[in-house]
Amino acid sequence: MNIEDIHEILLEKFGSDVVVGLTTEAIDPWIEVAGDSVAEVGVFLRDDERLQLKHLNDLCGVDYLEPDPKKSKRFEHEPHIEVVYQLSSLTLKHRMTLKVKLPRWKNETEGDLPEVPSVSGVWSIADWHEREAYDLLGIRFLNHPNARRILCPEDWVGHALRKDYEFPQEYHGIRGK
Amino acid sequence: MNSHKSITEFAESEPAMSMQLEDPRVIEFDVRTDEMLVNMGPQHPSTHGVLRLLLRTDGEIVHECTPHIGYLHRCAEKIGENLSVVQWIPYSDRMDYLAAMNMNLGMSLAAEKLLGMELPDKAMVVRVIIGELGRIASHLVGMGAYGLDLGSFSPFLYAFREREIVLDLFEEVCGARLTYSYITVGGTTHDLPEEIEIPPGLASLTKRDPRTRLPWIDALRMFLNWLEPRITEYHTLLTRNAIFIKRTAAIGVMSAEMAVSHGCTGPVLRGSGVDYDLRRHGESIYTRMYDDFEFDIPVAPFGDAPPEVILGDNWCRFFVRMMEVVQSIRIVRDALDRYPTAAGEHRVPHKLATKLPKDECYLETECPRGQMGFYLVGTGNAEPLRARAKSSCFCNLSVTQKLCQGVPLADVPSIVGSLDVVMGEIDR
Repeated sequence: MNIEDIHEILLEKFGSDVVVGLTTEAIDPWIEVAGDSVAEVGVFLRDDERLQLKHLNDLCGVDYLEPDPKKSKRFEHEPHIEVVYQLSSLTLKHRMTLKVKLPRWKNETEGDLPEVPSVSGVWSIADWHEREAYDLLGIRFLNHPNARRILCPEDWVGHALRKDYEFPQEYHGIRGK
Repeated sequence: MNSHKSITEFAESEPAMSMQLEDPRVIEFDVRTDEMLVNMGPQHPSTHGVLRLLLRTDGEIVHECTPHIGYLHRCAEKIGENLSVVQWIPYSDRMDYLAAMNMNLGMSLAAEKLLGMELPDKAMVVRVIIGELGRIASHLVGMGAYGLDLGSFSPFLYAFREREIVLDLFEEVCGARLTYSYITVGGTTHDLPEEIEIPPGLASLTKRDPRTRLPWIDALRMFLNWLEPRITEYHTLLTRNAIFIKRTAAIGVMSAEMAVSHGCTGPVLRGSGVDYDLRRHGESIYTRMYDDFEFDIPVAPFGDAPPEVILGDNWCRFFVRMMEVVQSIRIVRDALDRYPTAAGEHRVPHKLATKLPKDECYLETECPRGQMGFYLVGTGNAEPLRARAKSSCFCNLSVTQKLCQGVPLADVPSIVGSLDVVMGEIDR
C-alpha cells in the first residue's frame, strides 16, 4: 500500500483538521498530522486491518533553524521542530513516514518546551525514543510514563541537538570549553 | 537481695539485651529478606560494556530491573550535523564496533538513497562479501561472549580464534582491524586485494607455511571451508550442552507481539518467531544486493531444538544467530564466485563535500544485531541538517525491564546476553 492510499484512509477517518498534509515529491513521502491527535492517529494506524503498522522503526525530532545569520537567508524553512515517526508493517510489508510540526517554543516563550501527546501507549518502544527526543531536542511528551532524560545525566542543562544550544562552560567542576 | 541475677531474670529486666538470649534455632527460622537495591554495572563483565542495571531484589528474585544508559554517549548525531556524510562514516564505525562494516554499509546506503546514486555490480558484490563476513565476525563474538556470561570460558577462545582470521582478512582489505571506514558513499574505498600473505591464524590452523602467498579470495575460501565444519562443534560444545540449555531454555520468553511493540529487530525478533529480514523484505536499494543470492532466514521455532525450549526464549535468540552464520557463509561463497566477473568498478567517484539535495530519507539495513536506521535531512549544504542514527540495540535493550521482572538474579546476565547488545551503538 502506498502513501496516497494511506492518506486517503486517514483523511476519511479523521478529516482534514487532523490530517494536515501529504508530501509526495520527497524520496520518502510523508503525511503530516496535527500534534494534538497524534496518539489517536497512532492507535488507528496500528489497529486498522488495512494498515497494521505495528512496528515503530524510529521516532526522532528535527530542529529546523539556521542560527548563523549569514546562512539563514538561504535557509528555506520557517524555524520549527518536527517529530518524525517511521512506521512499518511486518505482515503487510509496507512502511510510511508520519510527521508532526511543533513550534520551537510553546507560546513563543523561550525556555517553554513544545508539547505533543506521547505515543508510548501505542508502541512500547516510543517510551525510550521519546525520552531521547526530550533529552536531546527538548520536546515534552504529554502523558509519558517516565519523562526523564535517557542519555545525558539528569542534571544536564539544555538540549544538545537544538541548533541554538550552547555548550556549558563547566559541569560539576569539569571545564567544558 | 541477691545481686547475681539469673539469666532469665536479667533478660526480663533488660529488654534491650533480649536479642542475644533468643534461642538460636528460633532466629534461624526468622531470616527475613528485605528488598535491596543492587547496582549491576556500569563496570560489570556481564553487561557487555557500560550498561548499568538497577535491580530491586528480594533475596534472589529480581522484582524490578531498570536499565540506565548513556555512559558511552559521544554526541555522534550532533557531530554528524557539522560534517559531510563521508566524514561522518568513521563515526558510524564507533557505533557498533563489533560490526563496523555493517554500520558503514547502512550509513553509505542512506546517503546514496538521498543522492540517488547508482552503484556498479562489482561494488555491490564486494559489499555483500564484506557485509556478510562482518556478520560472521560479529555473531562469533556474540556466541563467545554469551558463553562467558553463562560461565563457560572455552567457546570464547574458539570464537576469538576464528574472528582473528576475519580481522586479519579485513586488515588486508583496508588496513584497519576494528574501525574500518571501508564501505563508503559510492562503493568501497579500495578494491579487494589481489595477493596477500596467508593470515597467521589460518596458516597455523591449516598447517601451512606462514609465508605462503595466495589471492585474498582464496584465503577467504580456505577460511570458510575451515569454519563451516567447526560450527557443528560449537553446537556440541555450547548449544546442546545440558548446562547451557538449563541456563537459556524457557528463560526470558518474549512473545512476538511484545517483540514487535518494543521495536525489536534482527535475531531478537526472529527468535520470537517473526519472519522478517531486511535482506529480503527491506527497500529495493538494499535488497537488490541480495536478490540473486540463495539463502534462508532462520526463524524460531526450530524442529531440532531441545524439548525444554520455548518459542522466544534465550536459546532461540542464540540459535538464530548461530544459524545465520551458516547462511552468511553460503552468501559469501556465492558472492566470491561472482566477484571475478562482476562488471564495473568498486566505486563511483564521490566528492567529499558533495552538496546534499533539499530532501530527506530514512533507510534501515539488516545489521547483525538488528535493523540499523539512518535518517538524513539535506538542505543544500554538504552537512545534513539532521543526521540521525536509529540503533537496533537501543530497541532490543528496552525489553530488559519486562523480561527481567520476577526472574532469579542469575538469569539477568542470561537475558541481557541473549539480546547481544553493544553499548557503543545504544549510546551513540
